[in-house]
Formats: sequence, structure tokens, C-alpha cells
Amino acid sequence: MAAALQVVAVLAGAPLVMGGMRQVRARLEGRAGGGIGQPYRDLRKLLRKQQITPQGTTVVFALAPAVAAGSTLLIAAIVPLIALGSPLDSAADLFGVVGLLFLGTVALTLAALDTGTAFGGMGSSREITIAALVEPTILLAVFALSIPAHSANLAAIVSAAMQNPGQVFSPGSVLAFVALVIVTLAETGRLPVDNPSTHLEVTMIHPAMVLEYAGPKLAVVEWASGMRLTVLLALLANLFLPWGVAATDPSALGVLLGLAAITVKVAVLASVLAAGEVFIAKLRLFRVPELLAGSFLLALLAVTASSFLATTTQ
Amino acid sequence: MSWIGKIRRVGRIVEPAQNAPETTIAPPTGVTGSLQLRHVDAGSCNGCELEITGAFSAVYDAERYGARLVASPRHADGLLTTGVVTHNMRQPLLNTFHAVPEPRVVIAVGDCACNGGAFADGYGVVGPVGDVVPVDVEVPGCPPTPQQIITALRKVTGR
Amino acid sequence: MTTALHNSPTVPALGEGARAAPPAGALAWLSGGLTAALGAVGVALGLSVIFGEPRQLRIGWLLPLVGVRLDLDPLGGLFLVATGAVSIAVGIYAVGYAQRERWARFPLAILPLFVAGMLLVPAAGSITTFLVSWELMAAVSLFLVLSEHRREAVRSAGVFYAIMTQLGFASILLALVVLSAAAGGDAFSTISAHVHDLSSGTKTTVFLLTLMGFGSKAGLLPLHAWLPRAHTEAPSPVSALMSAAMVNMGIYGIIRIDLQLLGPGPNWWGLTLMIIGALSAVFGVLQASVATDLKRLLAYSTTENMGLITLSLGAAILLRSSGAPTVAAIALTAALLHLLSHAAFKTLAFLAAGSVLAATGLRDLDKLGGLARRMPVTTVMFGIAALGASGLPLGAGFVSEWLMLQSLIHSPADGNTTLALAMPLSVGAVALTTGLGIAAMVKAFGVGFLARPRSAAAEAAQEAPASMLTGMTLAAAACAVFAVAPALLGPTLRQVLAVLPTVGGHAAGPQLGTFLRLPGVGGSLSPGLLAAALIIAVLLTLGLSRWGARHRPAAAMAPLWASGADTLSSRMQYTATSFAEPLQRVFDNVLRPDIDVEVTHFAESQYLVEKVTFRSRLADPVEQRLYTPVIRAVNAVAEWVRGAHTGSVHLYLAYGATGLLIVLLVTR
Repeated sequence: MAAALQVVAVLAGAPLVMGGMRQVRARLEGRAGGGIGQPYRDLRKLLRKQQITPQGTTVVFALAPAVAAGSTLLIAAIVPLIALGSPLDSAADLFGVVGLLFLGTVALTLAALDTGTAFGGMGSSREITIAALVEPTILLAVFALSIPAHSANLAAIVSAAMQNPGQVFSPGSVLAFVALVIVTLAETGRLPVDNPSTHLEVTMIHPAMVLEYAGPKLAVVEWASGMRLTVLLALLANLFLPWGVAATDPSALGVLLGLAAITVKVAVLASVLAAGEVFIAKLRLFRVPELLAGSFLLALLAVTASSFLATTTQ
Repeated sequence: MSWIGKIRRVGRIVEPAQNAPETTIAPPTGVTGSLQLRHVDAGSCNGCELEITGAFSAVYDAERYGARLVASPRHADGLLTTGVVTHNMRQPLLNTFHAVPEPRVVIAVGDCACNGGAFADGYGVVGPVGDVVPVDVEVPGCPPTPQQIITALRKVTGR
Repeated sequence: MTTALHNSPTVPALGEGARAAPPAGALAWLSGGLTAALGAVGVALGLSVIFGEPRQLRIGWLLPLVGVRLDLDPLGGLFLVATGAVSIAVGIYAVGYAQRERWARFPLAILPLFVAGMLLVPAAGSITTFLVSWELMAAVSLFLVLSEHRREAVRSAGVFYAIMTQLGFASILLALVVLSAAAGGDAFSTISAHVHDLSSGTKTTVFLLTLMGFGSKAGLLPLHAWLPRAHTEAPSPVSALMSAAMVNMGIYGIIRIDLQLLGPGPNWWGLTLMIIGALSAVFGVLQASVATDLKRLLAYSTTENMGLITLSLGAAILLRSSGAPTVAAIALTAALLHLLSHAAFKTLAFLAAGSVLAATGLRDLDKLGGLARRMPVTTVMFGIAALGASGLPLGAGFVSEWLMLQSLIHSPADGNTTLALAMPLSVGAVALTTGLGIAAMVKAFGVGFLARPRSAAAEAAQEAPASMLTGMTLAAAACAVFAVAPALLGPTLRQVLAVLPTVGGHAAGPQLGTFLRLPGVGGSLSPGLLAAALIIAVLLTLGLSRWGARHRPAAAMAPLWASGADTLSSRMQYTATSFAEPLQRVFDNVLRPDIDVEVTHFAESQYLVEKVTFRSRLADPVEQRLYTPVIRAVNAVAEWVRGAHTGSVHLYLAYGATGLLIVLLVTR
């Protein structure tokens, strides 16, 4: 039940997160902004527009947005956002979740290559380069997180963090958190890795891949990227600060509390992220690997710190 | 951290919103407050471009009415066209127009785009935008002010 | 990289030699059928051993002195099943392939012999039998590699393969002779009984020598150089057999000799295997991700996967000796499962690549593209293989890589510094491998099969004949089993694990049910459920995107957005080279590309550029650094020795007499 609510919440809340982030940026830049409801209007409009199939594209192009969105929805059903004990929890652990995330990325990269345009190829080449470099960091961070819980299953990690709140401030945990934040930025195409609001094709990564999508399919693509950001922020929040997550088989009140808690957490994280973006510019593409190498090092330190601390305390 | 101070000192620089103009055309898809436009310079002197930049800047902030410039015509609901159409830009303009998914609007910005303006009799000129693609909204002026452009955009977004 | 194979797109790929003697369809049917039948026998025999009694066979007269001795146990059975299954798919495929490609008679006729050799290796029960079947496998495969020997590249690959495989054989021979002498017996069972009497020095010698020999067969660093050459230049069914079945024999040797017979090995054996495995995996995948030749990419991916398997085997040894037999069992299961799934997806990948090569005469990804519309079935097949190779969910390699990672993160935390450092670094290596593997496979599939054709040959491609498609479908079905229902393999792997007590086989291995559960450590996965849930989620999204559909104008087809221009020519597409360029730049220090940019100016003004020539060549850096000096040294010595060869018969007789004299004196 809670898992279904999670899916619905992510589905409905993702445009709100996007709108909220744009609004925070707009206000900090002295603008009025389109309001936090703007993405809903955009999506509703896109769903009413003509569907265009570019000549020569195959079923890969047609299905990729649905795979990207579907894999994100599945992640939303697996991870403990509102309550523990999703029926799918034992079907996939954190490694599985990372795999699903990459499945969505790969679907869109293939779709971009499928169009056979110069910009599509460029975007997918860049996206896949970054994804390849992000993977080691993510998996090492998963390793670091799984050490205290003795498991990579999400429910186990989150409940371990709930039972032992002080562990959040352990060096391993902090390092893993920083590494995961960088990874989240890279995987959702935010500054400083990618600029979601650019108009210049040559500087694009993610937007370059979806230049050929129109109407309803574009709506799904944009929705999917919003959901990705939302789920990753929520996951990040709950892995490190699992306060308010309802237990297995929660009461209605517990679910409501959980929903409120995750809303607040995601709102805070998204606002901080948006505010941070005002102060930074996009990195040159070939500086990005340096950033990712840095996050890899942090993750490696996180693992060694955790395992050495674990050995000394035993 | 002087940037934070600056943000606080400057505050909101956006001009206060005026009353919504009377809408002359219904929003193309029936959804108000969302209009993505692909800008096409069909042969402009760049005067209109400067004013368009102004209209989307922090001061006039066309985004608050739901209008946004996008990179691909596939993402757009219409074209924001400036300048008189030159021979070399006729086909690209048509290509861009046809790349926009329906329903679509064309907004002609500036005297040149509306009726040829100063370049109407030039040897390299096909004619105003209306001769090449159907124009829905015209914004006269050489160049039009950001406020005029915004008024035209609001007529389409209905916000 | 240039693959100037064929000029005309209408003439299917055929070697000059093949054209002289087109084989009758009957031979193709006979050879392919025999290959598949041998494969079926292998599978049946393997399964009967895994779930039944061990089988033995002695043929005293066949080999002088010792006779042939075949002992089948579940471990050998597993490799019989793997080899047999690959051979079934390849055999059926070869029927159509041989006719379409006009494969020459001789190589086609000895194809079943190659399979027979590969089936004998894991069945061998004594050192002599093992060595003879090993050499049979190696020699026949060399002839098969040389199928199109009229091409220079094939001959060069053949020389490389011959030398390296024979060096490897010499190394194994030496190791096994030492082992047999020290243990006082030829049969594996005798050696196993006396292994406790062996000194650690002997064990170390045997370990190092076998690691070298078997490592070269498995394509592990630094002895991998034959692999990208031979696998690329051999006919595709042979590539599939070599890459999916023959390299496994290297792993088999390591497991049989080093893990089972000599085990439990000391810590540093495990560490050595882990280091070699990690280096091979990362290096292989890096080369794969910048390769532009489809078959070369797949060959490097084999090095990568063998590296991952070796890493896992090393981890199993290390974990066992650190007192975590349960986790060691997970690592071992991961290695075996990955070996099997690699066999499935690599067979499929090479067969699909062969189908492309047959249809277009091209291996160069820079010239391919647009095959999805022209060869839909082959495209789907390659897609399944690529998904498996990239280790993503719903792919054949996902479950085994997941097990691998689980075994690495669940090492016991008991102050063991070696483990505390080795495991995170291994996770990093495995993760980097998976990440780059995704890039390599997206490139192979996206650039090679999707997009628009980049050459006339790709434009004119036609779907492969039915028998080729049937062979591929079988391999694809196996991939599907690994991807969603690895539970079917649970009983098999349990039986195999039970005969490997030295690496934690006694401990309860992971339970491969609908849910994969890891006893003793927290962790579970259900690939089948995950696949079902994903399909539901995708359908849900498709349903949701119907929202507002009644307000929509009718859907339309439109030309590609060409930034206002009329058309995008297919030359404007990203190629495999450009796709991999960012990665190549990031790993510049490792890959060391050789790049020339030549700018020609007009004579009138140096501000105007007439043309720019860009040439990028990627050689294997290990090969350049390590092999070139060795080859140079060998050549120098050969040059020196040549001084003794004057051509005088008298002198040669004198050499002979002196040699004989020395032998007599020594043995007196």
C-alpha cells in the first residue's frame, strides 16, 4: 500500500520538485519565475500536442521514454521513501536499483543514437561517458552504506540508520554522502555537470539526446527526468536521515507522517540544490571526469573508513 | 560570500506585471500559461533580437507568463520570427515551421517581419514572414519594446 | 581502423581461397549437424554426471605407456554442458553460414573435431590425456583461425595465435610434469591423494606456471594479445566457439589444478588472481570501449569477462583462507554463473556479428548502422547479447555480477587489512568495468545497428538465412534464462560447488530460487520479479502517456530536424570513433592513442585551409610495451644463431655428432 502511494507521490510530485527548483532559482536571480505549477502546465500542454516520429527511427526511439520513466517508477516502488517493507524490497537491493537507474540512461542514449543525428550522437556519447565514470562511485558508496547494515538491501540500510542515528555523522557516512551528492548531480544532468536550461546544442549532454522528441513522448521524457531527480533526492535523504520513515505495515497516520517527512526532506534538498546552482557555472566537459574522480576517491575513503572503524569497534 | 549579499541587496528587479491583455487568439492546445517558442532570425538586423533578449531577461521576465525559448522546434509550440525573410533563409524558415508539432503559432516580431520594414525593397529579400508561413500574431515596431513583445506573448499564452 | 575486406557490397564476404572451392551444401549440413550432435552429447553427458554418478573410461591402447583416462565429475560436467550448449547453437548456425560465406572445405570439415577436443579437456582424468586433448583443441583451432589464410591479417593473427598458444601449452606441460613427478602419478586422482606431500615450493612453481599457461588461454593480461587478433580474423562461428567455449578451458584449468588439486592455496594466490583479474577486466573493457571493429570489441570484452571470473576465483580463495567459507561460496558461484552466462551472451554476440559480417562484409562500426530496419532479427539478437554483456538488469550478466559484488562487500570485518583494502578496490574495478562495459555495448549496438547506414554495404544488408537465425535464437533463449530465471541453474551449481571443498564448497552456497538469497549474509534479488515489475511499470507509463490523446492532432512522420537545413546526410552522424572519443580522452594516459592531424593550406594564403586530415590509431599499449621488446630480443638471438647456419652439410653433421655425444655423456 505504502509502495503504491510512493509511486503515486513520485509521479505527482516530480513536476512540483522541478517547478520548485526553477522558482527558487528565479527568485535568487531577481526574477518572478513561472510559478511552481509551471511544469504541470507544460506537461499538460505537451500531452495534447501532435506526436511526431522522425523518419528512420525504430521502436527503440519510440519505447525509450517509457523505459526511462518505467524504471524510475519501479525504483520508486522499491526504495523506502515513505515506509519500510515494500513488497519489492527483497526483489532488488541497492545494486539492483543502480542497475535500473542505468537501464533508463541506456534506453535514452540508444534512442538518441537511433535518430542518427549529429546532436543525438554527441549527447549520448557524453552521457554514456559520464555514466561509465559515475558507476564506480555509486557502487563504492553502496558498499560503504552496506557495511553498518551488513546488507545492501534498502530496508536493512535504512532501518540500521534509524536504530543508530549517530552513525550518520561517522566519517564513512559523511564521505559517502558527499560522493552520492556528486553522483546525483551527474546522473540527473544538473549543474555543474550539465545545464538543463541551455539553448546551445554544443554544450548539452542530456538535452542534446532528446532534441528529436516532441509532444507526448517529450512529456514522458521530461517527466522521467523530474522523477529521477525526485527519487534520487528522496533516496539520498532517507539513506542518511531516515527520520520519519514508517515501519513495515504502517498505520494510516504513519504513512501520512512518512509522506510529510519525505516531502519536507525533498523540498529542503531541492531548494539547497537550486540555490547552489545559482553560484556555479557549468564545468567544461573534460573537467567533469576530474570531479567524478574526486567523488570516486571520496567513496573509496568512505569504504575504507567504514571498514576500519567497523574492525576497531569490534 | 559577497554574492549572497548582492542577491539580498538587489532583491527582485522584475518590473511589476501589468494587467493581462485581451487575448486575440485562443492558446493553441487549449492549455493556458505554457508557450515554448523556437526563435528564427529570418534576416533581421539583430535589433529585434536585443529586445527579445530583454523580454526574457530578469527585468521583463517573460517566463512568469509561461513563455520560454527552447532549442529544438520539436519542443516548441511555435516560432518567434524576426526580420524580413531573405532568399537564403526562406527554406530554413519553412523547414523549422514544419518541424514544429501541431498545433503551432507563428509570432512575427518587428516591422520587417510584419511588412518588410526598411528592407522591403531589398534585392535579397523574399518578403515579410507572412509570405512564407502563416502568421498568427504580429508585433509592430522597429524595434518593438520588450513590453510590446511580452504583451504579444501574453495574448497567446492567455496568462 | 581499417577493415578493407571487400569492395563490392553485392558480393558476400568470401576469402580468396574459399572462392576456389565452394563447398557443397551437404558438407555444411554434415559438419554443422555433427558439431551440434557432439554438443548435444556433451550436454547430456555433462548433466548425467552432475546429477548422477561420476563416470570413468579407460582406453589402455590409445596412448602409449599410460593410455587414455577419462574421469568425469560435476566440475568437468559443468564445462561439458557449457561447451556442448555453445556447440549446439554454433553447429546449427554454421549450416547456413558455411553456405552463405562459402566456407572452405577443410576448415568446415574439422569444425566437429574442434568441439571434440574441447569436450575432451574437461573430461580428462590424467595429465597425459589432458595434455593431448588440450593440444588437439589448440591445433584444430589454429587451422580454423587460418580458414581465410589468403588474407594477410589472418596469417599474422595465425602466427600470433600459434606462438602464444604453444608457449602457453609449454608452460602447462612443464607445470603438470613437475606436478606429476612430485606427486608420483599421472592420474588426477593419484595426485589429489598425494598433494599433501608436496613442498610449498613445488606448489608455487606449479601455480605460477599453470597461471601463465591457462591465463594465456583465457586471454588474461598480459598474455591476451592473441585474442583480439584470432577472434577477429577467424570465421564468426569459430570466433563464437573460441570466445564462448575455448577460453573457458583456461578457467577450467585454473579451477581444476590450482583451486581443486592444489587448494586450499595461500592468501597470495588469491591476491594474485584478483590483481590479474582486475587488471584484465579493466584493461579489456577499456580497449573494448574504444574499439571500432565489432569483433575486436567483442574479443576484448572476452578478456574483460574472463578477468571478472578470475577476480571472483581469487576472491573465493582469499575469503576462504580468511575464514569466510560462506562468502567464498558466493564468490565461486558468481564465477561459475558468470562463466556460463558469458558463454551464452558471447556466443550470441559473435553469431550476430557474423551475421552482420556475412550480410555486409563489414566489421567496422564506423561504416555500419541502420541494420535495425534491414536485419531486424539479427538486431534483436545482438541487442539481447549486448544487454547481457553490459550487466544491466534484464541482461544475462546481471545476476552473476550482482553475486560477485555481494561476495566482495560481505567480507568479514575482523581487522584483516588485506581484505579491507582488496575488497573496496575490487568493487571499484568491477564497477568501472561494468560502467565502461555499458559504454562499449551501447556503442556496439547503438552505432552498429541503430541510426542510419554509413556505407553502401550497410545500406544493402539483408537478413540472415533461417539456420543462422535458429542458432542465434537458441543462444538468446539461454540468455533469457540467465536473465530472469537463474533459479533453473541452482541445482547444477550446488552439485559443482560440492566437489570444490577447498574453496568453501562445503558451505551452503547462495540459494538461486525465485528470490536469490544469500545464506549468512543479508542480500536478496529476484530478477524474474524485477523483470515482470519493470514491464508493468513501462506499460503503466505508456498508458499514462495516452492522457489527453483525444485533444491531439493525428500523429505524423517528419524528416529529422537538421537545424534548418534540408537534410542530414548520414556522414553527419556520430561514428564509433567519435562516440568513444570522450572516453579515449579521459583514459588518454592508459590508451596512448596515436593521433595525427595534418592541415593543408592553400598556396595563396595560410589563413585558408584546403583540407584537414585526421588519423587516429589505437594500438594495444601492453602489446607495444611488452611484446615489442621481447619480439625484438628473440629476433636478435635468432639473427645471432643464424651465424651457425652456413649451409654446409658437413658442419651440420658435426653439430649432430657433438649433440649426440653430449647427450650420451650426460645420461651415462
